[in-house]
Amino acid sequence: MMQSATHLLLIALVLPLLAVPGILLARNHPNLREAISLLTGVALFIVNLCLYRLGEGGVVLVEVLPKLAISLQLQPLGLVFGLVASLLWPITTLYAIGYMRGHEEDNQTRFYVFFAVAIAAVMGLAYAGNLFTLFVFYEIVTFSTYPLVTHAGTEKALKGGRTYLSLLLGTSIVFFIPAMIGTWFFAGTLEFQPGGVFGDDVSPSVLSVLLVLFAFGIGKAALMPFHRWLPAAMVAPTPVSALLHAVAVVKAGVFSVVTVVVYIFGIETVAQLPITPFLVYLAGASILLASLVAMRQDNFKSRLAYSTVSQLGYITLGAFLASEAAIAGSLLHIVMHAFGKITLFFCAGAIYVAHHKSQITELDGMGRVMPVTFIAFTLGALSIIGLPPLGGVWSKWFLMQGSLDSGYWLMLAVLSISSLLNIVYLLEIPARAFLKSAPEGATLQEARSTSVLAMTITALMCIALFIYGGDLYEFIRSARLT
Amino acid sequence: MLNHLAVLQVVVPLLAAPACLILERARAAWLFTCLACLLSLGISIALFLQVQASGPISYAMGGWEAPWGIEYRIDALSSFVLLLINLVAVAVVIGANSSLVAELPESRHSPFYVLLLLCHAGLLGIVATGDAFNVFVFLEISSLSTYALVALGRDRRALFAAYQYLIVGTIGATFFLIGLGFLYSLTGTLNMADLAQRLPGLEEKRLVAAAFAFIVIGIALKLALFPLHGWLPDAYTQAPSMATAFLAASATKVALYLLIRMYFDVLGQEAVNALFPMGALLLVLGAAAVLLASLAAIRQDNVKRIFALSSVGQIGYLVIGVGLGSALGLQAALLHLFNHALIKAALFIAVAAVVCRVGGSRLDDFRGLGRAMPWTMAGLLIGALSLIGVPLTAGFVSKWFLVLAAMEAGLWPLVALVLIGSFIALFYVWRIVEVAYFQQRDGVAISEAPLMLLIPLWGMALANLYFGIDTSLTVEGSEQAVNFLMGSRP
Repeated sequence: MMQSATHLLLIALVLPLLAVPGILLARNHPNLREAISLLTGVALFIVNLCLYRLGEGGVVLVEVLPKLAISLQLQPLGLVFGLVASLLWPITTLYAIGYMRGHEEDNQTRFYVFFAVAIAAVMGLAYAGNLFTLFVFYEIVTFSTYPLVTHAGTEKALKGGRTYLSLLLGTSIVFFIPAMIGTWFFAGTLEFQPGGVFGDDVSPSVLSVLLVLFAFGIGKAALMPFHRWLPAAMVAPTPVSALLHAVAVVKAGVFSVVTVVVYIFGIETVAQLPITPFLVYLAGASILLASLVAMRQDNFKSRLAYSTVSQLGYITLGAFLASEAAIAGSLLHIVMHAFGKITLFFCAGAIYVAHHKSQITELDGMGRVMPVTFIAFTLGALSIIGLPPLGGVWSKWFLMQGSLDSGYWLMLAVLSISSLLNIVYLLEIPARAFLKSAPEGATLQEARSTSVLAMTITALMCIALFIYGGDLYEFIRSARLT
Repeated sequence: MLNHLAVLQVVVPLLAAPACLILERARAAWLFTCLACLLSLGISIALFLQVQASGPISYAMGGWEAPWGIEYRIDALSSFVLLLINLVAVAVVIGANSSLVAELPESRHSPFYVLLLLCHAGLLGIVATGDAFNVFVFLEISSLSTYALVALGRDRRALFAAYQYLIVGTIGATFFLIGLGFLYSLTGTLNMADLAQRLPGLEEKRLVAAAFAFIVIGIALKLALFPLHGWLPDAYTQAPSMATAFLAASATKVALYLLIRMYFDVLGQEAVNALFPMGALLLVLGAAAVLLASLAAIRQDNVKRIFALSSVGQIGYLVIGVGLGSALGLQAALLHLFNHALIKAALFIAVAAVVCRVGGSRLDDFRGLGRAMPWTMAGLLIGALSLIGVPLTAGFVSKWFLVLAAMEAGLWPLVALVLIGSFIALFYVWRIVEVAYFQQRDGVAISEAPLMLLIPLWGMALANLYFGIDTSLTVEGSEQAVNFLMGSRP
């Protein structure tokens, strides 16, 4: 049993990389190249399902320094993330086929190669057995997504790429590394343990400093004021944005925050630290401010980007609230937001490819031109707002319960106000599309079929997650947190 | 034969140099140099294993026992450094021919190899010998050959750079010699182990301090320790590319070795710090080097110069490790000494490959090379990532130890500085990566670098990855060296 888990973990890590030579060899045969990506994606999801069935196991890959190894470990939190990422990879590929061809992008082979590398890194990150492993794969995610962000190669793309790389690497070098080495210094280990690794002799003020370093050092979580890379990365092609926002990058960030809180500090410790209220309020501020900025964006993708910054605030908030309900809410929100936001990006990209519209004010009446797209958009938006019968309601529910458990009444208000703001800036889009009159001579014209198929799947998943939200919650609660 | 390994280590390249002069054909000289360097590498591996197995080796030159005769002494520290220099030399020499063909007229090839071998012999001699005056002799051998190597550069500016280096280097050597003179007049011995025994008992603390000050300034000039680093950027930029690769990876490392030897072994850390705050001084200078040189590197538009200034910054890290003075700090310095040599060897060989194909090393010359020279640029990228200190590269391991050592000392601002230094490195390195991978190249097609340059480049690049993942050799090697240094002074 343990043996097969070991092998499966290795397969999950290596499988996406195995696709790379295939993609490179098939670079002159687009159909074959995309088929390889797609099939590997499906295979990877099956591997992750098998891992889910196994439930436990671990493997040490290599010991870099004494007691400091690259190791993988199965645990429920990682499984949730691994399953989501591996399910969304083939769906995003499906979407990308339609988008990249419809848009006649250059360097498509490079795109699929780095996409696969990024997914491999996400697998490593999801199943990391210690902080060092998490960090290594966290960095690989950064480097492998950089060529995707700068895909267009224009001066604007390079500038966005520079912001992306310097903020993500900058925070990780200046904050994350000292936090990690500090943890090693004070605790003597980086192995993940439910309840944390620090002994009683480490003073709360030291722990507070380390926690702040982690909170800002994990720049991918886009906690304000280190969120600028996310809007900057909007220069990327839409499938990349989908990857950044839903599958890999930001989710890697918030997942890392949750993991650090649960397995490095321990939720009981975090709940008592003097710095925690500050971080909770910071996350709350991040939620509200980003929502307010989002309302002022007319560019479709920028509005979605700031919406993501806001939604990530929910997840970090849940982590810092540090109660069992709040952690479960965070994890649920990783899943719910992934499916919701990816649907929104798929729609934004589809509209851009089919009609070259990138501003929200240009969307008047488009609902009659692209009905499937806008229905999918509405479902995704409702899930993010957190209304039944969509999955998003569950995560918000548990986050609110977590706020009450930890005694942060104000956060209850923040979450409610944010939902209202979400309604304003997200539902404005389908409202314009369906209620305003259509432009002259518009006929029904959706994006390519693979793209439409992809967004339909993710929109339906939002509904399915409402129905199966309880099962997911039970599974997350099976994780040993303390 | 085996008993003579210690001296053969120096004699082989030293004798190979004049022998090389006889071979007029450039290719023959190259092959002969390769052979000599490989032999030298073999000797250093044997020495390393022997020291690991059975402790320090002492060799009395001509059978005259120390302290009267000249003693060659290979301990854990020197065998570690010898191995490193030989590794770098082999890598550089393998690629030298392809690079020289593109850079220098054929008549200058043989002199290049002669000078390289002499420099190599000099550096090995500094490390191998146990005699302080012998150190000075080898220091001069390596320095004089280095001046000539720099002057070989194809540009007339190389002459000026060499001249500048000559003046500064000579001052450094003179200071070193004056310091030695003081020590000799005080103790009557030049054997380093003997010096270490006699110095603590001396009454004339002030004279010892003066001697040490002369020696340290002499070494600091050779080491290009901030603010005495002025000669380095010009020399590295103007020298033939492969000479730069060799010097950047080995010469400054040997100077650091000498600093560690003098500071920890001969005079003793506590004795020195009782005289003046050497540790604090090194920390301040190292910190200034990291910050200022790295910032200066951002503004350069010649890639050789960027990497040269980066070297000045990296020397800062080394010196910080030494200045911390703890076992962990010293280990960090030794690890970075090793790892940084690998990094700079990879980077400068990659630059040499670019010069070989494109003809220059300005930032503009790198346009579009990601596509035109994919293997060269990938090698450069690995070196660059290691320079920044990305995990799973060698550079990360040494940064890890350095940060840990700074934490152990409770110097939190230093922790921040080390990390900010890496962050700045990201900026100057990424300018090159961006130009190479994201800008288009017009005009004549550029082909991939010759195989004989790619082999050493990738050897070094893979070494950067290997020593980032399997650190047992470097960590254990440096740990033994530290134990030896710290243990030798109870």
